[in-house]
Amino acid sequence: MEPVVSVHGLRKRYGQVDAVAGIDLEVQRGEIFAFLGPNGAGKTTTVEILEGFRTRTAGEVSVLGVDPAEGDAEWRNRVGAVLQESNAEPGLTVRESLRLYSGYYLEPRDIDETIALVGLDEKADTLAPQLSGGQRRRLDVALALIGDPELIFLDEPTTGFDPSARRAAWQVIDGLRGLGKTVFLTTHYMDEADQLADRIAVISGGSIVAEGTPGTLGGRNRMAATIRFTLPDGTGADDLPPELRALLASEDGQVLLTTDTPLVHVGALADWALARGIDLPDLDVRRPTLEEVYLELTEEPA
Amino acid sequence: MTTAASRGRSALVLHQARFDLLSFLRNRQARFFTLVLPLLFLVIFNGVFGGNEVGAAGLPAKLYYVPGIAAMAVIAASFVNLVISITVLREEGILKRRRATPVPAWILISGRTFMAISVSLLSMAVLMLVGRFAYGVRLPAHAVPGIAITAVVGSITFCVLAYAFSTFIENEDAAQPMVQAVMLPLYFISGVFIPAVTLPAWLRHVAEIFPVQHLADGLRHGYLPGTTGIGIVWSDLGVLAIWAAIGLAFALRRFSWLPKAATG
Repeated sequence: MEPVVSVHGLRKRYGQVDAVAGIDLEVQRGEIFAFLGPNGAGKTTTVEILEGFRTRTAGEVSVLGVDPAEGDAEWRNRVGAVLQESNAEPGLTVRESLRLYSGYYLEPRDIDETIALVGLDEKADTLAPQLSGGQRRRLDVALALIGDPELIFLDEPTTGFDPSARRAAWQVIDGLRGLGKTVFLTTHYMDEADQLADRIAVISGGSIVAEGTPGTLGGRNRMAATIRFTLPDGTGADDLPPELRALLASEDGQVLLTTDTPLVHVGALADWALARGIDLPDLDVRRPTLEEVYLELTEEPA
Repeated sequence: MTTAASRGRSALVLHQARFDLLSFLRNRQARFFTLVLPLLFLVIFNGVFGGNEVGAAGLPAKLYYVPGIAAMAVIAASFVNLVISITVLREEGILKRRRATPVPAWILISGRTFMAISVSLLSMAVLMLVGRFAYGVRLPAHAVPGIAITAVVGSITFCVLAYAFSTFIENEDAAQPMVQAVMLPLYFISGVFIPAVTLPAWLRHVAEIFPVQHLADGLRHGYLPGTTGIGIVWSDLGVLAIWAAIGLAFALRRFSWLPKAATG
């Protein structure tokens, strides 16, 4: 099946600087795709090219089979956008705002149903500018949904939210999956991508530095695991069997071992500790978090 | 099923105008500057100077103030209202969001313009009725079409100029002061606050370059004794049309849907 978004060699140059330095992307139908990167990495520039707001310097871009630079009304009927800095319609209630926008589309969704979908039922007759930040963002999602688009762009939908507002927004975005929508999400929050996305691409300095599922991004699934524990008084890392001592990464109160085969080495550690009658109550085995992978990927070269 | 296509384009313009009007009526500041302030000026100027006789013909000043303040009302509803609301909508990213929908640009622009023209005519009608019944300033029936046509042409001109002028305003806080900085001096020299016949000739010549004077003059014409026919001053309409053309050229070149205060 043809991808919903397909980008090849996209480049955007401002003066002497490539804000986007030749990237490739593909988003499949029904996917929640997260485009992740620090501020100034080229996320918004890319997404605004895909939305048809900016021209590009070079490269091929196709969104729903159409070049966004030539996107007409028919194309805009199929695309919804939650922009980063769009405020509420002044002087209109939630329901009136949706009624206004539903008039713009050929086959709009039902207004009350859309209000319910984003959980604003009780605020339907509240003036939009009086909503809280989180509620306003949910109204933005409703405005982007009212035309019943196939593809929705969400540009940093939860920036500046408190934790409960973020949870609520995540629920709404996750609900789009159930409607069969394709979602192109930009964010600089790792946990947001981890929570919502089927696939993630990380952009840094205008280039894609990694792409994958939340589980495999940046080789996370193949990265060494760490085993962490504290030895009781009188026992040191030197007392560990040689095969474990070879894995020693640091000993700073806690002993830290890194391994590609955590199960084997945890087993060896358990055998050794049980034989000596030692308990290791704070034993902890873990993979690098997505955040650690991300920070490593987007680290500025020194 | 009602869709944008089946309802047709004029229906979509009315749809947009209806919500723009709703939003305007709920804005206290817009209501005050557009609807209340001209009425206040009419009462104040007529109260203080209305009985004075001005010019060689010795006409009462209130004969100048009713159409003069009516011109101000048209400008307030068209130019002032639009410059401020367009700048706010642009800087708040609302114009950008609307552009992301399939609605054609000309429908958004016509809807807002249609709203402004309707408010202009309504506000002007209220002033003229107050003039008629509170101050006895009477418009002959034969001059009604002329004043209506002049008001519509003037309102369209000032709407176009509003779209052009808004492109020179960097942020929403600057909109109100910039509009007033341009309009207040023009009101003074164009026969809105002071009957033009009492101004020095050179100042009148300066005023004649700008559209405010021609709108005020065009609206006043029907009120003057001796006016016959429908009461149109074609030269005033001509100057307004030239200003509309200049405004259109600037607006087409410079108008942007995106906020000026650039974001990341």
